[in-house]
Amino acid sequence: MTTDTAAKISVQNISKIFPLGNEDFIALGDVSLNVADNEFVTVVGPSGCGKSTLMNILAGLEQPSGGTALVDGKSVSGPGPERGVIFQQYALFPWLTVRKNVEFGLATAGMPAKERRERAQYFIDMVGLTQFADALPKMLSGGMKQRCAIARAYAVNPSILLMDEPFGALDALTRVRLQEQLLETWNKEKRTVVFITHDVDEAVFLANRVVIMAARPGRIHDIVDVNLPYPRTEEVRLSPEFTALRNRVWHSVYHQDSSASPSLSPTTASA
Amino acid sequence: MSTLTPTMALATANRTGKTRPTRNRRLLVLNLISVVAGIAIWWLLSAIGLRIPSPLATVSRAVVLIGDGTLLGDIAASLGRVLTGFVLGTLVAIPVGFLMGWYVTARGLIEPWVQFFRTIPPLAIIPLAIVLLGIDEAPKIFVIFLAAFLACVISTYQGVVTVDRTLINAARVLGAKDGRIFLRVIVPASTPFILVGMRVGLGSAWATLVAAELIAAQQGLGYRMQNAQLYYDLPTIFVGLITIGILGLLMDRVLLFAERKLTGWQERR
Repeated sequence: MTTDTAAKISVQNISKIFPLGNEDFIALGDVSLNVADNEFVTVVGPSGCGKSTLMNILAGLEQPSGGTALVDGKSVSGPGPERGVIFQQYALFPWLTVRKNVEFGLATAGMPAKERRERAQYFIDMVGLTQFADALPKMLSGGMKQRCAIARAYAVNPSILLMDEPFGALDALTRVRLQEQLLETWNKEKRTVVFITHDVDEAVFLANRVVIMAARPGRIHDIVDVNLPYPRTEEVRLSPEFTALRNRVWHSVYHQDSSASPSLSPTTASA
Repeated sequence: MSTLTPTMALATANRTGKTRPTRNRRLLVLNLISVVAGIAIWWLLSAIGLRIPSPLATVSRAVVLIGDGTLLGDIAASLGRVLTGFVLGTLVAIPVGFLMGWYVTARGLIEPWVQFFRTIPPLAIIPLAIVLLGIDEAPKIFVIFLAAFLACVISTYQGVVTVDRTLINAARVLGAKDGRIFLRVIVPASTPFILVGMRVGLGSAWATLVAAELIAAQQGLGYRMQNAQLYYDLPTIFVGLITIGILGLLMDRVLLFAERKLTGWQERR
């Protein structure tokens, strides 16, 4: 039972139940997790383990059926500018240029145009989209779109970044480059990051801590500390220590059967 | 890292930039050939004794009708009606469509009526409209209004309900509240749908107009053709038909142009 209110993010006994036909589908059953300030946590698990649901609850886009999510000791009741979200589908506004996309949150907050422009420019430069500041999203490749989304999330200066499989739709090479770039950015601009992925390598490469979830019902299966030094380079990626951690997480994700059987959702007689 | 992906994007830009104009030119040439061939066949048909006026007879009648001001007067009367009805219909349809898409209550209350009236051809309303509104401009503009409204309201509503949830969520997590989400996300995201609705609405309004004028009018392209029918005046009917076609095409092109300008941000495949 975790009641550590000093944590940046404190998930306390959260459950999420969806009605499914005449049964209840338990997307999350009693999940508790603390994330420290400026910690980089990755959440990995098979599909249906509720990792995206957990992120949506933290983002304030969904309400839990039970339990609470605390951010800075305060209960989450809706979206807030202190929590930036990066979606797998990029979610750029296609009618706005890169610059206007990055400025969107700032304009929402009522920041004057000149200040807004300077601030947006800083983050556009940071993610390497300087030449494309006035391009529309349709001109950008997938990786560039996601970099724009990262700049947009950073621009409103959130203390937490919630990332839902942000590199899931990208090719392997772009994905690795973006992972390295994300860590570089994170080193310069430290934030608390919760990063959802289904890629074990990605989970280990990025994180201070890997949270492994299991499905039916969605729950935390295991937590693995990653004591590899930052900055993480190709050298780290190819080191035996990385491989050992990766194997451990891999095993934990793909061999969950032994512990999964007793907690299947109750089956009601179907008509 | 900013070396790899930008070059990829530029390469794509170059590729599309090179093929588009060539293909467009080819299409244009084919269009031209098709039009010329069509006129040639028309000529041939009239020459072998089919009872239709030749292109030449049609053109000379057009010259006469333009010369005495009849054609321009008819065009002005018809365009005046269609534009009034169309503008009014669109102006009412867009807010109603937004209401239906945004508020479930509004959808529940309005949708049955929209769906019901959609199944009635606007022309079927004409007898009722004449009885209630007289034989003046009012009943004609009313049926045109109805035609334009029904086409546009449905697609505006569709546009609002199909806005990508992720975009709304993205705006919410960036701090936007309902009002801003509506103005900055829902409105731009549904613009392509609204413009398609306006094009369909304009086509529908135009079709309704001509038929409305066939029934009761003192001036207008539909009236002119109806009148010509009494005197077996085929060239005038042809002039009327061609004018209606050309004007419809021109108006559609204007809207298509606006669509391209306003929704150029869309990814086209």
